[in-house]
Formats: sequence, structure tokens, C-alpha cells
Amino acid sequence: MHELAVTQSMLDLVLEEANKTGSGKVQKINLVFGELSGVVGDCVQFYFEFLSKGTPAEGASISFKKIPTQARCRECGEVFTPEEFDWACPQCHRVGVEITAGKELYVESIEVE
Amino acid sequence: MEIKVLKDILSANDQIAQKNRALLENKQVFTINIMSSPGAGKTSLILETIRKLKNKVSMGVIEGDISSTIDAEKVKREKVPVLQINTGGECHLEAVMVNRALDNLPLDDIGLLFIENVGNLVCPGEFKLGEDRKVLILSVPEGDDKIYKYPLLFHLADAVVINKIDLLPYTKFDLEGFSLALKGINQKARLFQVSCTTHEGIEDWTDWVLSSMQRRKRTSRKKS
Repeated sequence: MHELAVTQSMLDLVLEEANKTGSGKVQKINLVFGELSGVVGDCVQFYFEFLSKGTPAEGASISFKKIPTQARCRECGEVFTPEEFDWACPQCHRVGVEITAGKELYVESIEVE
Repeated sequence: MEIKVLKDILSANDQIAQKNRALLENKQVFTINIMSSPGAGKTSLILETIRKLKNKVSMGVIEGDISSTIDAEKVKREKVPVLQINTGGECHLEAVMVNRALDNLPLDDIGLLFIENVGNLVCPGEFKLGEDRKVLILSVPEGDDKIYKYPLLFHLADAVVINKIDLLPYTKFDLEGFSLALKGINQKARLFQVSCTTHEGIEDWTDWVLSSMQRRKRTSRKKS
């Protein structure tokens, strides 16, 4: 739902980084986002085409790397992927986890001309 | 040519949030970001809190809505400084909006500031505003399954307030199951059960607000 703001921030970041290297066109953006971030790739793509018009990033492709949610049990240290309705540890069955992956939202790299 | 970036997309927002935080700490304003879906009772809880605490602490409110000043008008009637932000379509508040609002509030006269976010269980989670505490309200008619559908906000919250508990007898809301699920996803979150209609449980909530304020004061004194 918040992809417009996310895409605008991503575009600003990409243009800033591309500008720093003095490069011309941005060809590809490698984006990493966690399952929990709630970001929908198709929406980012849609807004990007619209927002990037007339900028050095126009026409760049976006690669989306989605990171599944991963949790670590605070009791026994088991690392697991929580089920939809079950965040309890599959090993010791206690509740109480630390989220170790799934909240990411960053630009890993860009490819420029 | 590939250039490594490895930068958070929302780092620009986070930087402004840090500025807000520094300003609020400097002015000794304790700030609570209140989030929930539309209609869960954000404004009602703020109004209840104002009525309960108005003799103990000076308060201020930032109201975030896509449009209208309905909520700000309600707060104004309690004679508390209030500023309405209309996001004009954005589904959440961003740090820069709060930054502008802070410029227009009498921060020297405010000890406790509520920021009422736009009604939404998804987007506000991603955007830090510079708050001391994040509070999430879930109302009984919404159902106890929302924690599974919108895990991020429940994971981030410092406190979860179940509102409209006077409606429990008419629903299948499973309080015990919800409480267990919350412990699973967020061990630190305090859970409160309130009704802004019958005023049940409000004191537990306001006690927590006051003690959180006290704790913050103690730690900032230590720092200085």
C-alpha cells in the first residue's frame, strides 16, 4: 500500500548513488525486500515506470530478491520459518521469537553504463 | 558496471525521524505514535487519556488523516494543542510531515505528545517518526486473527491495546489465544484491555503511559 513512497525513496537513492559515480544511465536496480515489509513488487514496478520518466533511471529493470521470514527461538535457539498461524518454536514448542530475517528493504546494488 | 549500494530505502525518512527525536528529547517531550486500522479507537483512546491525565501532565496531539479535520476538532474541544496533518492520499505519516507539524506546536508547553497515525495496519510500521513508543490498538470487532495477517506492526509495538472489550460477549474474539500469539511474535509488548465507552481498563493504560514517561526521564538524566 505504501509502494509509492517506497518507490520514490528508492529512486532518490538510486539517482544519488549513480550521480556520485558520475555515470550515465542506470540499467538495473537490485532490490532486496523481506516478506514482512509488505512491499508488493508489481506495485513498485508500476510506480517506478511512472516516477523515473525523464531521469537517468528511466527504462532500468528492477530485480526483486524476496527474503522469507525467519525467526529464532529465544529459548532453544532453533532457527525456523514461522507458519502462517504458528509462531511457536517447532523444536521446543515455546513461544517467544526473535525475527532474524524478513524485515529487509534496501538497494543491494545498481548497474550503470 | 555494478555499484554496491547496500542502503536502506527508507534511510532518508529514518534520518528525519532521528532529527525529530533529538528535538523532542531536547524539549523533554515524551512521544507516542498511535497506530491501528480505521475505526479501532485511536482518537477515542487519546481523548480518554487526555481526560484522565489532564491534571497531571500537559499534552499535545498531532492528528494524521488522509483528509478532514474531524479528529482535530474533537481534540480541540478538550483544550489541548492539536495540529492536523492531511496526507492527501498517503496511507501513513512520514517523518518529514511530523517535522513540519512540530514546528507549529508549542513544544515548550507539552510533556506528552500523541501522534495519531493514519488508520492502517500495514504502512505506518515502515516509517519511523521519532517517537519514544509505538502503540497499536486492535478493537474487538476486527477479530483476533489480525496479528497473523499484519505481523510486522504487532512485532514492532511497545504496547498493544485491545479496545471495545465491552463487545466481547457478542463476538468470538479469543483473548487468551491472542495474548499467546502476541507473546510469540513480540515478547516485550505490554497488553492492555480497555473500553473507551465504559472506561474499563483506562487507568491501567494511563498508569503505563505515566511510568514510561518517568522511565524515559530517568534515563535521559543519566545520560546528561
